[in-house]
Amino acid sequence: MKILIALAALVVSTVTFAQGTFPDKPIRYIIPFAPGGESDVGARLQGVVFKKKFGQDFIVESKTGAGGALAWSQANTYPGDGYTITSTNLPHLFLQPLEGNVQYKTDDIVNIHFYHYTPDAIVVRAESPYKTYQDLLKAAKEKAGGLNVGGSALNSANHAATERWNAAAGIKSTYVPFKGTADIVASLLGGHVDMAMSYVTLAIAQKGKTRMLAVATEKRHPQFPDTPTFKELGIDWVDGAYRGVSVPKSTPEDIRKKLSSMFSEVNKDPEFRQKMVDLGFELIDVTYDKMPAFMAERGKVYLEVAKRMGLVK
Amino acid sequence: MEQLLSNLALGFGVALTLNNLMYCLIGCLLGTLVGVLPGIGPIATIAMLLPATFTIGDPTASLIMLAGIYYGAQYGGSTTAILVNLPGESSSVVTALDGYQMARQGRAGAALATAAIASFFAGCVATFLLAAAAPPLAQIAFKFGPWEYFSLMVLGLIAAVVLAHGSVIKAVGMILLGLLLGLIGTDVNSGLARFSFGIPELTDGISFVSIAMGVFGFAEIVRNLEQGEAREVFTNKVTKLWPTRQDFRDAWPAVLRGTSLGSLLGILPGGGAVLGSFSAYTLEKKIAKDSSKFGKGDIRGVAAPEAANNAAAQTSFIPLLTLGIPPNPVMALMVGAMIIQGIQPGPQVMAERPQLFWGMIASMWIGNLMLVILNLPLIGIWIKLLKVPYRFLYPAILVFCCIGVYSLSNAPFDVVMTAAFGLIGYLFIKLECEPAPLLLGFVLGPMMEEHLRRAMLLGRGDATQFFTRPLSATLLFISLVLLIIIMLPAIRKKREEAFVE
Repeated sequence: MKILIALAALVVSTVTFAQGTFPDKPIRYIIPFAPGGESDVGARLQGVVFKKKFGQDFIVESKTGAGGALAWSQANTYPGDGYTITSTNLPHLFLQPLEGNVQYKTDDIVNIHFYHYTPDAIVVRAESPYKTYQDLLKAAKEKAGGLNVGGSALNSANHAATERWNAAAGIKSTYVPFKGTADIVASLLGGHVDMAMSYVTLAIAQKGKTRMLAVATEKRHPQFPDTPTFKELGIDWVDGAYRGVSVPKSTPEDIRKKLSSMFSEVNKDPEFRQKMVDLGFELIDVTYDKMPAFMAERGKVYLEVAKRMGLVK
Repeated sequence: MEQLLSNLALGFGVALTLNNLMYCLIGCLLGTLVGVLPGIGPIATIAMLLPATFTIGDPTASLIMLAGIYYGAQYGGSTTAILVNLPGESSSVVTALDGYQMARQGRAGAALATAAIASFFAGCVATFLLAAAAPPLAQIAFKFGPWEYFSLMVLGLIAAVVLAHGSVIKAVGMILLGLLLGLIGTDVNSGLARFSFGIPELTDGISFVSIAMGVFGFAEIVRNLEQGEAREVFTNKVTKLWPTRQDFRDAWPAVLRGTSLGSLLGILPGGGAVLGSFSAYTLEKKIAKDSSKFGKGDIRGVAAPEAANNAAAQTSFIPLLTLGIPPNPVMALMVGAMIIQGIQPGPQVMAERPQLFWGMIASMWIGNLMLVILNLPLIGIWIKLLKVPYRFLYPAILVFCCIGVYSLSNAPFDVVMTAAFGLIGYLFIKLECEPAPLLLGFVLGPMMEEHLRRAMLLGRGDATQFFTRPLSATLLFISLVLLIIIMLPAIRKKREEAFVE
C-alpha cells in the first residue's frame, strides 16, 4: 500500500498548481515535430540553460501531426499562464493557413520570440551515386518521374525550398513529407528517398553517413568548406527556417515580455551559443517588441513563396 | 562477439549506476505488485505511469523502470495464479492450472520456486538474445522502406487475428474497429479534422491511454466484481521452497522448451507474453509421454509457461528497438514513453543512443536477478497483499487510474473517455471479444496509413511495388498464407477448441 501511496504522490505532484513568482513550476514546451529534430533538440538545449538561469525545467513534449498544424491549432486551448508554450516555425505559420485545410490562422498564433534559424541544404546519403550538386541536377532532369525529395512536413520550409529548387533549376521532383527531420533519417540512410531537402543541422547530425551538396547561405558554411552555396551555383537563394515560441492568446502582456526576455537571456549563454553553432543553428533574437515588424516583413516574403508553390493565385 | 561484450560492458556501466538501479528496483517492485494483484496489469500500470516519467526526466531511467514493470508483472502473476487460482496477469492463466493444484497438494513452495527459477533462466537467455540479435536486425531495418513497413504491419494485424482467442470473425472485427478508431483525429498530411464531429478534443484523436486503461483496466475490474470474493489463499502452507531433485529433472527440459518457444513468439508481431505461455503449455502437453497428470499438479505445467512468458516479454523489445514497431500493446506504450522522452523509436536509436539502448538491455538482466530475490524470500509480503479486501483495493486502483488519465493533458474529457471505454470494454468481455487486437489495430492504423501514403507518393501512385519488392512481397505472402490457414474449416474448429481448453 505504501508503494501505491508514493505512486499517487508522484502522479498528483504533476497536476498540482502553485502560486508565486513566474516561473515557479516547470514549463510545458510543446514541439510540433518528431523528437530528435531541430525544434526538439533546440528546446532541450535551451532547457538546460533555462534551468540554470531561472530554476525551472522545460517539459519538452512532442505533438506531431499535419506538419505542425495539429499542435498549432491547439495552441490557444491551453491556459494563458505562461506555463504552456508552443514552439513555432516560419514559413510554416504563413504557408499552411494560405493552403486552407489547417485549423488555425497565422494571426491566431501569438509569437513572443524567434530564437534561431537554420539554412536550407540538400543532403544525400554517403552511398548515394550523386557526388556533387551537378550529378544530382543531371539525375533530376533525366530520371523518369523525377527525384523523390524527403522533407519535414507539408507546406513547410522544406516543402517551399523543394518547390523553389524545382522552379529555379527547371526540374520536376516530388516532395515526400515526413513528421519531422528525425523521421527522414531512416528513409534517407536506407536510400528510400533520393535526397533530403533539409537544413545544415541534418548534415551535421549525420556527418559521415551523409553528404551535403548545396547550402542556402551567403558564404560557405565553416563546417562544410567544400560544399558550394546556391549563389555560387547560380541560384539566388539564401533562406531557411526560423524557429521561435508562442503563448496562448489569453496570456497577459507582462508574461509575454518576461518570457521573451528569458529566451534572449538563454541565447546569451556562451556555452549554449557554442553548442548551437556546432550543431548548425544560427542564433538570432527577435524579441516581443520587434515581433509585429518582423512578421510583416516575413509575411511579404512568404506571400511570394506561396505564389510560387501555387497556394495563392 | 567482442563487439557484443564491449556493448554489454557499456550497458552494465549504465545500468549499475545507483540511480538506474533504483528505478530498476522500483519498476520490478511495481511490476510484481500489479502482477500479484488480479485486475490490474502492466498495460494499465505503464499507461498510468507515463505522465510520471515526465518528472523522472532521464530517458534511460524511465525506460528501465517501465521495462521492469512489464517483465516484473510476469513474475508476480504466477504467485497469485499458484496460491489463489486467480491469474494475477493474463499471461499466467495457464500457470494456475497446475500451479494451484500443486499448492493444494502442499507443494506451493516448489511451484513458486520453479516459476521463479524458470522465469529467471528464460529472462537471462532472452536478454542475451536481444543483445545479440538487435544490432544485425537494426542494419536490416534500413532496408525497410515504406512498402516493407506497411506489409510488416499487415502481417502483424493478421498475426493478431491468428493468436486471438475464440472466433476469427470477432478478432477481425476488433482489428477493423481499432483501425477505424485510429482514423479519428487530424489527417497527417493535410491537417483536416476527420470524424471529430466538431468536438475540439477529438481533433487530436482518441488518447491511446484512455482506450488502454478503459478497455483493459476499468473493464477488468468491473468483471472481477462479478466474481465476488471467493478466495482460498494457501498462505500457511508455503514452507518448503526448494523443489526436489525429481522436480528439477522433470522441469528442466520444459524450461528449455518454454524459453525457446517464448523467445520466438515474443519477436513476432502480435505476439507477446500471453501467447508464449499458452503455446508452451500446449506444447508440453502434446509431447509428454504421460499427459494425464497435467491439470493435476504437473510441475512441467508450471515451468514451461512461466519460462515462455518471461522470455517473450523480453524478446518483444526486439522489433520495438530495431524497427520502432510495437509488436504488442505494452510495447506500443513504450513507444509513447520514448517519444515523451524525445527519442524517435527506430533503427537509429542504437547508433545514436548506445547508452540508453545497452543500458536498458543490461538492466533487464539485473532486473531479473532482483525479481528472483523479490519473489522468493519476500513471498510473505505479496501474500499479505492478496488479503487486502477488494472493496478497498479496486476503488483505490480506479482512483489512481483516473488521476493518471487526467494528468496526461489535464483534461476531464480524457477521464470521461476512459470511463466510456471501460463500459465498452465490459461489453466486449460479455460478447467474448478480445480487446488486444483492437488496441493493436488502433496503434498500427495511423502508422500504416502514413507508410501507405508515403509509398504511393514515392511510387507515383503505383501500388504494384508492394508485390514486386521482395521483402514486402514475402511479408504479404506470409500474411495471406496465415489468413488462409485460419480460415480453413478444419483448423478453425480445432483452434477454437484449443482456446476453450
